[in-house]
Amino acid sequence: MVTNVTNFGRSGLSDWLVQRVSAIILALYSLFIVGYLLLHPGLDYMTWNGLFAQTWMRIFSLLAFVSLAAHAWVGLWTVTTDYLKPTGIRIATQTVIILAIFVFLVWGIQVLWGA
Amino acid sequence: MSNLRSLTFDAIIIGGGGAGLRAALELAKSGKKTAVLSKVFPTRSHTVSAQGGITCAIASADPNDDWRWHMYDTVKGGDYIADQDAAEYMCSEGPKAVFELEHMGLPFSRFDNGRIYQRPFGGQSKNFGEGGQAARTCAAADRTGHALLHTLYQNNLKNNTTFLNEWYAVDLVKNANGDVVGCIAMDIETGDVVHVKSKATVLATGGSGRIYASTTNALINTGDGIGMALRAGFPMQDMEMWQFHPTGIYGAGTLVTEGCRGEGGYLINKDGERFMERYAPNAKDLAGRDVVARSMVMEILEGRGCGEKGDHVYLKLDHLGEEVLGKRLPGIVELSKTFAHVDPAKEPIPVVPTCHYMMGGVPTNVHGQAIMQDAEGNDKIINGLFACGEAACVSVHGANRLGGNSLLDLVVFGRAAGMFIESALNEGIEYLEASESDVESAMKRMNRWNESESGETVPELKRDLQDIMQNAFGVFRQEDNMQKGVKQLAELRERINNAYLPDKSNTFNTARVEALELDNLMEVAEATAVAALERKESRGAHSRYDYPDRDDVNWLKHSMYFPAEKRLGQREVNFAPKTVDMFEPKVRTY
Amino acid sequence: MSKLQVSLYRYNPETDSAPYMEEFQVDTQGRDLMVLDVLHLVKEQDNGLAYRRSCREGVCGSDGMNMNGKNGLACITPLSEVVKKGKLTLRPLPGLPVIRDLVVDMGLFYKQYERIQPYLQNDQPAPAIERLQSPEERDKLDGLYECILCACCSTACPSFWWNPDKFVGPAGLLQAYRFLADSRDEATRERLAELEDPFSVFRCRGIMNCVAVCPKGLNPTRAIGKIREMLLANAT
Repeated sequence: MVTNVTNFGRSGLSDWLVQRVSAIILALYSLFIVGYLLLHPGLDYMTWNGLFAQTWMRIFSLLAFVSLAAHAWVGLWTVTTDYLKPTGIRIATQTVIILAIFVFLVWGIQVLWGA
Repeated sequence: MSNLRSLTFDAIIIGGGGAGLRAALELAKSGKKTAVLSKVFPTRSHTVSAQGGITCAIASADPNDDWRWHMYDTVKGGDYIADQDAAEYMCSEGPKAVFELEHMGLPFSRFDNGRIYQRPFGGQSKNFGEGGQAARTCAAADRTGHALLHTLYQNNLKNNTTFLNEWYAVDLVKNANGDVVGCIAMDIETGDVVHVKSKATVLATGGSGRIYASTTNALINTGDGIGMALRAGFPMQDMEMWQFHPTGIYGAGTLVTEGCRGEGGYLINKDGERFMERYAPNAKDLAGRDVVARSMVMEILEGRGCGEKGDHVYLKLDHLGEEVLGKRLPGIVELSKTFAHVDPAKEPIPVVPTCHYMMGGVPTNVHGQAIMQDAEGNDKIINGLFACGEAACVSVHGANRLGGNSLLDLVVFGRAAGMFIESALNEGIEYLEASESDVESAMKRMNRWNESESGETVPELKRDLQDIMQNAFGVFRQEDNMQKGVKQLAELRERINNAYLPDKSNTFNTARVEALELDNLMEVAEATAVAALERKESRGAHSRYDYPDRDDVNWLKHSMYFPAEKRLGQREVNFAPKTVDMFEPKVRTY
Repeated sequence: MSKLQVSLYRYNPETDSAPYMEEFQVDTQGRDLMVLDVLHLVKEQDNGLAYRRSCREGVCGSDGMNMNGKNGLACITPLSEVVKKGKLTLRPLPGLPVIRDLVVDMGLFYKQYERIQPYLQNDQPAPAIERLQSPEERDKLDGLYECILCACCSTACPSFWWNPDKFVGPAGLLQAYRFLADSRDEATRERLAELEDPFSVFRCRGIMNCVAVCPKGLNPTRAIGKIREMLLANAT
């Protein structure tokens, strides 16, 4: 067993599952958004705002954001462990990535529920 | 030179094939400081090429099977110069050794009842030849050797055996008393030469089929153990006995298992006739290998050979159907497509008798202890030296080995040697240390090559050696031809003594290894030639035009080749099994 | 004349500061030789050429190498299958350190093989005869046990190139599944526990180079899929 500390689950199986489940959620969310845009050709701000005012849409969006964050983390963690062999550079890059994901996630929540 | 690095072990096993790995496993379990020294990574050893199976009376195909019947077949197959105490040991201990392999994980094919699959092989009978064909060869499809070798390697990993992989043993080191106390070895990757000190040195170096131009043997089968023992002055037994396997693929020499005929395939000549019915009316295509090979050569000589040159025959398998071929002989389908460009489900495979197995070797007892003769011709144990597998001549195969008996030989006598060495080490072994000059003399030939400055190179000399052996010491032999061969070999030895190694580098120098191998091929070839010339009879695989009959009065004996005088002596065959009555020599028909 | 142009990767650490390609002309006499035969002919021209070989019939796994860009066994690859425009380029297996010429250091490859505990584990007292196994149970080992450890697959795998110390690689995983699939083996739980980290199995990205190059026609990707299924089924 290869030990590692920088990925969250410390399990390839959970990472693998997370990657696939989050992919499905993101696919559904994308389909929904694309479908919505197609069904509303003359979309204006009020309609768009109205959509995101509904609780179910906020929950669905939040789920998509969390999925995106998890998906990005697992994917980028894998890429960095593949290509960045010097430990210092790898840990630094991973730190930047995790901070960025955190910021984007919090920012996204704020957009959804904020003023 | 004297400040050679040294490594010390309780036992060093030279050779990582089936016999070496089985011996090593026994010793590793006992906790003795053991190492396997192999010139290739162990799973690349020639055992991996064994196809058809391991013959053993485990009573799976026939619940009434009896190891005594197997022993009878083995002794008869060997044309009565197999040692009966050794054949008895192998056949009676066999089931234990085979079940051990299964418990270690060997993926044997299975019958519906879950037991190990067994198929018929040549020379097998029930009830001491009276009960018809037996099916006694345990198989893992047609990849039994591969499955066996990998299983043994895996279990050595499990038991933390020390491996010196890609190391080449150069020569044995003897002390002042003539005891073997280790060897000189070279790490091929770095070129480092090391003095390996050991209380027990096991030669498990396999065969030497590469003395012939056409052989089923791997390129690594160069008789390294035989060469080392001969250079150390020890005698060899029954070296004239070389098995020619009936079915080597024409042109390529790759082996097609006897299991093909066991599963129902048969040989045909150019007229489509199943000619073995004439030569062996009862066993037909499943007669002894020597009998089948000779019959094939007779067909070819009498103008019934196949192909443009009429120089081979066909092995017909298409009637077995794709399902049987795919299930039982998948490797053969692959090999014949690759090397004969033939799909055996549709067309017959062109085959020709091809050098396959060395029945002779280092004479040993059933514990693997190497034997020489004292001045009176009595057996004398060589202290510190052991041999098992094809390199050894126990002898269970006599003048002709039965199919499937070599894998059994490997595991039974590899195991026996391991067990004996373990108990000997427990009782304590002390030999005189080798002196500097003892080590120096073992370094001699290595130094010779390293200091060579000009002369002929290895590839051409090797080719000449193989051609001499192929022409003079093939399936049929005769005096004048062999005399010429012996003379040519003497000349060749001179040329090899003056040969040149151009590449003197240290890192993975395969040219140096091939040069050292050539010396060994030379030793084996000469022992074979002298023994074949002197045995003036036909017995088993040794068949002479000028002496076509078996001569039990003069030659119901092992031959013993003494390298110092290049002389052929004799050694008594054992006719005293411990638990059964001995089998009297009879006329051998199938 | 049937001259074949052979371009060979050469490196001898004692004399060369860097590897280079060397050109040879080989007379095949019009025969469809195996690549290994061509190497023998080259070695007669240049005795110093280093490559591994043993059985010369595709069962020992010694002579895995990269032939015109694709990994395979030299002894069972006929020229007609691999030569393009009269030219043959031979390089060592990619991704492993080169010792000399076509000889690579297989240490990391073997280490990954050893890591999966490639031996049957069963602590039950063995019966006096063999352990029984039905033909159907035995059939599950077909396509797995035949591996010859030639390393053609693992050295064709980008995931193994990047993480040869952590990713078991297709060859090792094929053997891992060979024991997981064996009805006689009792260490399933322990074996799976050793494999569930993010590297050992899960670094496989399903590129399937392993399947494309396996000279024995085996399918490590399928075996890896089966291991994933077992890990999933075993998880709580």
